[in-house]
Amino acid sequence: MIVYLIRRILYAIPILIGVNLLTFTLFFVVNTPDDMARMQLGIKRVTPEAIEKWKHQHGYDKPLLINEMADSSRKLTDTIFWQKSASMFVLDFGFSDDGRSISREIVTRMGPSLAIALPTFLIGLVFYVSFALLMTLFRATALDIAGVALCVVLMSVSGLFYIIGGQFLISKLWHLVPISGYAGGGFKFVVLPVLIGVIGGIGSSSRWYRTIFLEEIGKDYVRTARAKGLSELRVLFTHVLKNAMIPILTGVVVVIPLLFMGSLLTESFFGIPGLGSYTIDAINAQDFSVVRAMVFLGSLLYIVGLILTDISYTLVDPRVRLQ
Amino acid sequence: MMPVILWSDALVFLLLAAGALMTWYVRSQEYLLLPWRRVARSNVAMVSLLVLSLFLLVGILDTLHYRVALKDKSAGQIVYSPEVLSVFDKLVEPLRLHTEKTYSAPLALTLYAKESVTDAQGNVVRVYPKLQYVTDDAQVMSRAVTGALLGLLAGGLLVVAVRYAGYLIGWVPAFAGMTIFKERRAVVIATLIIAGLIGMTINLASVYHVLGTDKVGQDVLYLSLKSIRTGLIIGTVTTLVTLPLALFLGVAAGYFRGWIDDVIQYVYTVLSSIPSVLLIAAAVLMMQVTIDTHPNWFDTAASRADLRLVFLCLILGMTSWTGLCRLLRGETLKLRELEYIQAAQSFGVSSLRILSRHIMPNVMHIILIALVMDFSGLVLAEAVLSYVGVGVDPSMISFGTMINGARLEMAREPMVWWALASAFGFMLVLVLAANLFADAVRDAFDPRMNRS
Repeated sequence: MIVYLIRRILYAIPILIGVNLLTFTLFFVVNTPDDMARMQLGIKRVTPEAIEKWKHQHGYDKPLLINEMADSSRKLTDTIFWQKSASMFVLDFGFSDDGRSISREIVTRMGPSLAIALPTFLIGLVFYVSFALLMTLFRATALDIAGVALCVVLMSVSGLFYIIGGQFLISKLWHLVPISGYAGGGFKFVVLPVLIGVIGGIGSSSRWYRTIFLEEIGKDYVRTARAKGLSELRVLFTHVLKNAMIPILTGVVVVIPLLFMGSLLTESFFGIPGLGSYTIDAINAQDFSVVRAMVFLGSLLYIVGLILTDISYTLVDPRVRLQ
Repeated sequence: MMPVILWSDALVFLLLAAGALMTWYVRSQEYLLLPWRRVARSNVAMVSLLVLSLFLLVGILDTLHYRVALKDKSAGQIVYSPEVLSVFDKLVEPLRLHTEKTYSAPLALTLYAKESVTDAQGNVVRVYPKLQYVTDDAQVMSRAVTGALLGLLAGGLLVVAVRYAGYLIGWVPAFAGMTIFKERRAVVIATLIIAGLIGMTINLASVYHVLGTDKVGQDVLYLSLKSIRTGLIIGTVTTLVTLPLALFLGVAAGYFRGWIDDVIQYVYTVLSSIPSVLLIAAAVLMMQVTIDTHPNWFDTAASRADLRLVFLCLILGMTSWTGLCRLLRGETLKLRELEYIQAAQSFGVSSLRILSRHIMPNVMHIILIALVMDFSGLVLAEAVLSYVGVGVDPSMISFGTMINGARLEMAREPMVWWALASAFGFMLVLVLAANLFADAVRDAFDPRMNRS
């Protein structure tokens, strides 16, 4: 298993290099730093001097890949690629356009992101699986059909509607909790985003789990279990649920590390100072270094999620051996 | 008048041509027609198809663009208006041109807020100003009823016409069993209800602002209808990118294996490891820089907004082909071990021919299911992306820009809810119809579904 893990981690390196090259191409080759400077300064106020100054301030006044002017080893290191892209491998993300350290922002903003994302994830998972089990228990009855119809309608509603509607109903009309804000993460600030996050996922997730359970329930071992005289509830909870773990884990474990990134929409609507709203602000302010850092961080966490998924298989299914 | 073909228009025509070609081919092959018959047997699918075709009709009419020639001909040369209009704009010209001063509620006769007006005696009074284009007859009910009745009548005529046309074309073997109104009470009732609603809306819209007006006084119904084209384009043109990439790479990776498989797997793992919103945001930001630094590429504002829409589809396609590619690779890995492929290989059939004759037809159902399932997700994604600021051009009318513009209006006093409600409502109908239709298609095409 250790050997397997080491191999997986080594395999992650070329993927991260790929991500890095892709963002490098997107941000520095498709558009040169000059274009970015023009964009940032505004079309009107642009002079060659202003562009040079902006590039110098942000460290973009270097050659892209190879610096012919510098000495031997600095030929490679004194370049945009080395300083802006390759440095991300040691989690050095540099500075945002307003001069703050991105790494530090990431560390301080992870907490609020997690405060929303983790409860949403856990409550959601339990709720969706229970709802799906309920539909499976009453499969092919009116209850099941109504449940599926509800899911289809819920998944057809835009995610923006849940947020705007929830804020309007619960905060503006009923005055139960503040519309937005965070203020250290009190319960009243967290409950609404979590509730809306859970409701927003009911449609697609419950339906997905129901499909998984229905696929399992058609298998031979279920018939055997029933033939032994086990109750339907027992069959569902001890046999079907356990066997459905692998497909469930495949979809679920991958997103756990990504919880750190928060949710773009929820955080920006509720004014939560997490990584999601950080990203949105960066997109709106066209702060490319932050966007680049978030892309890298996101793919790093995704790869961690993939490895965790593999490990989780061995925990629920003794037949799986990682070699 | 000068016809204008924007980039997205050209792509829509390409898609329509491809769709027509596919329909023609499927109709000629009985075994391909079989699953579609199963789709046609579902009432839900047929009603959603009806709704989708109405949306499609609006979208297509909105795709036929032109520029009007201006009156003053300077030096014998015809000058064209910089404004790009569509046939749909012409059809609903009153809706487009009747802009009020600011917000007004649905079917209202006055603006939504009081204003200070000097009356005949010279006193300043606070009143609700009358709307400019709504004549004060207040016959909402009678107009609604006549409209609905006319709509029902038209719907009834349509049902009868299609039913008997159905009998007529029923003689052509390919159409047998395709007569959708025969013995289908649910479909007939749904058609009549929809026709009645449309009749009512048309009759009311000629006098009132049925869904009110927005901040700058534009008719919300007009904006909602215009958004349909943007949503449809995002949902369909994106497949023009997704499909070839996923199909060729997925099938090649599964069939050839070895280093080809490794390279393709590497590429899609890299792409799918980046959270898609971030990748889209990064790409769209870069596209914005490119567009801003090349203003001379575009002759009208419409063509600029349009190119941005096409780029957005391109970017969405580039980031979303990986899932389908993985599915196709898996299926091809399974197929290539089957006896008939091995037989073909031992006969010395070339790889290209095996791929095109034996593998591709057998993965088509996966592609079709994936495409119809992706459509609704893409329509919803447009709204989110436009909200985040990496969606369509702000000047382009879309559900996303409508929601983005209206999201602060709920906080107004009195509350302005109609613009948001219309955008969400239209989007819900479109996405729901697409989802229901996609479900029917999946049930009919997926071989894993057990049929009795």
